[in-house]
Amino acid sequence: MTEQTNVATMATPAVSKTRLPTQWLGVTPFFLFAVLFLVLPTMYLIIGAFQNSDGQFTLANIRQLFLDPSIRASYWVSIKISFWSAVLGALVGLAIALAIVRGGLPNWVRSATMTFSGVASNFAGVPLAFAFISTLGRLGLVTIILRDVFGLNLYTTGFNLLSSYGLILVYLYFQIPLMVVIITPALDGLRKEWGEAAATLGATPWQFWRMVLIPVLWPSFLGTVILLFANAFGAIATAYAFTGSSLNIVPILLYAQIRGDVLNDPHLGYALAFGMIFITGVANTFYIWFRTRSERWLK
Amino acid sequence: MRKGGAWWAWLTFAIGATYFLVPLIATLEFSMRQRNNPVFSLFGQGYSFGVFNNVFGDPRFQQTFTYSVLAAIFTILLGVLIVVPTAYWVRLRMPYLRPVIEFVTLLPLVIPAIVIVFGYIRMYGSNSMLPFLGTTGGTNVLLVIGYAVLSLPYMYRAVDTGLRTVDVPTLTEAAQILGAGWTTIIARVILPNVLIAVLSGAFLTFAIVIGEFTMASLLNRPAFGPYMQNLGANRAYEPAALAIIAFALTWGCMAMIQFLSRYAPRSANRPN
Repeated sequence: MTEQTNVATMATPAVSKTRLPTQWLGVTPFFLFAVLFLVLPTMYLIIGAFQNSDGQFTLANIRQLFLDPSIRASYWVSIKISFWSAVLGALVGLAIALAIVRGGLPNWVRSATMTFSGVASNFAGVPLAFAFISTLGRLGLVTIILRDVFGLNLYTTGFNLLSSYGLILVYLYFQIPLMVVIITPALDGLRKEWGEAAATLGATPWQFWRMVLIPVLWPSFLGTVILLFANAFGAIATAYAFTGSSLNIVPILLYAQIRGDVLNDPHLGYALAFGMIFITGVANTFYIWFRTRSERWLK
Repeated sequence: MRKGGAWWAWLTFAIGATYFLVPLIATLEFSMRQRNNPVFSLFGQGYSFGVFNNVFGDPRFQQTFTYSVLAAIFTILLGVLIVVPTAYWVRLRMPYLRPVIEFVTLLPLVIPAIVIVFGYIRMYGSNSMLPFLGTTGGTNVLLVIGYAVLSLPYMYRAVDTGLRTVDVPTLTEAAQILGAGWTTIIARVILPNVLIAVLSGAFLTFAIVIGEFTMASLLNRPAFGPYMQNLGANRAYEPAALAIIAFALTWGCMAMIQFLSRYAPRSANRPN
């Protein structure tokens, strides 16, 4: 043992104060990669958002985000879609997670749900749009069954799949499973002893929920809602394959801007990208904050 | 809690299962609708698997799919090359850097892919210092780099979790005693020990890259994602078939990850 330690000390010479910080060489490739392909490109856009075409500092581009009616509308639609898909996804996901963790369902139900959630939370993008068009589009299976069997023509009731509501319904297909994947471990962390302790002290099940479980779960729930929000906010492929460029959401507007400068102002395009980073950045800051709070009880 | 499960739990599960299974069934049904040469028919509707033949036989499908598979493989290689040495080195020598590295690897979840690729297009154009976009080969390289950035959070987390079960300092000392250099240590000692974790990260990367649309489309590369989008705008039944294929691929990747996790070591023989 001592021999081994000696050899090891010889192999890694003692660090003296005057030595060059060669250990930084080991992480140089990583930081070079991150700076070149993640940090600098993002900074480029952020700086561009605060410059005019002559390179001078200005807040005009940011102000224009609020003044331009089509940009303002796109942010509003994006926020609405992301908000509702996050809130509904979180509530339904929580219900499913509660069912498999605390509902006393057989084991295969739980493992099937978890496996499927892992798959569905990664099944996004273009194919997801196709799946819902095949289901609820004008010729979709559900549309046809409702029409031929139940005599209900969806498309005369004002239903339109290719709308914000339709997109929320589609986004739920990956939002709900993502919630299940994230919140199930949190539910597993709820100790059985807490219920017993509450019962010993004479709490009713409702009181136990209101005063113990909900306060403990609240930070993870809220944190995950915010994560789902950011997840939906940055997504573009599903929406683009779904409606082409007819649905006015921020990523689709940005896509059109990158393709052909539809805003006729490159710096306004940078501001549009900055707005997206700002919103997802704020959302993630809150997510991290809530997660640290939830870990206090659930670890 | 009664044995066999509470009614509300079964009800929730049933509603959830309906929402998730109906689109899959509907997509399969839609893809098999065929007026010509039906193999069988149900409720007056003829069905066949012909559309899958159309899809697989389409040379554009074969080209774009091959392109995306290659892109995924290179992405995985690049990801491993960047993540494994870094995670190893940070664990061995610079543990105080871990929060910083973790923060950086989580950034791709904060910055949307469309913003990252927008930055590339503006920074690496043909007149820039690093003119990636000046040539086709350079654009391919930039796409792989972009994919490696997208997969960074998953790859890093997988490898870092894998390293947690390895006694890094002892293995390093042992290898050094036997005269191994850093490359040998990482490639022949550390990598085999975290191979299962690396493979899980690799399959997740594959699932993300194979159908990726935004980056490939904005960099104008002939990848599978833009091909699917294009087909969706022009054909009726083929998109449904593609959705089934894509779902099966995602399922396959996740199944591989679950399968591999059974072989993953749970803890280090000695604590780090």
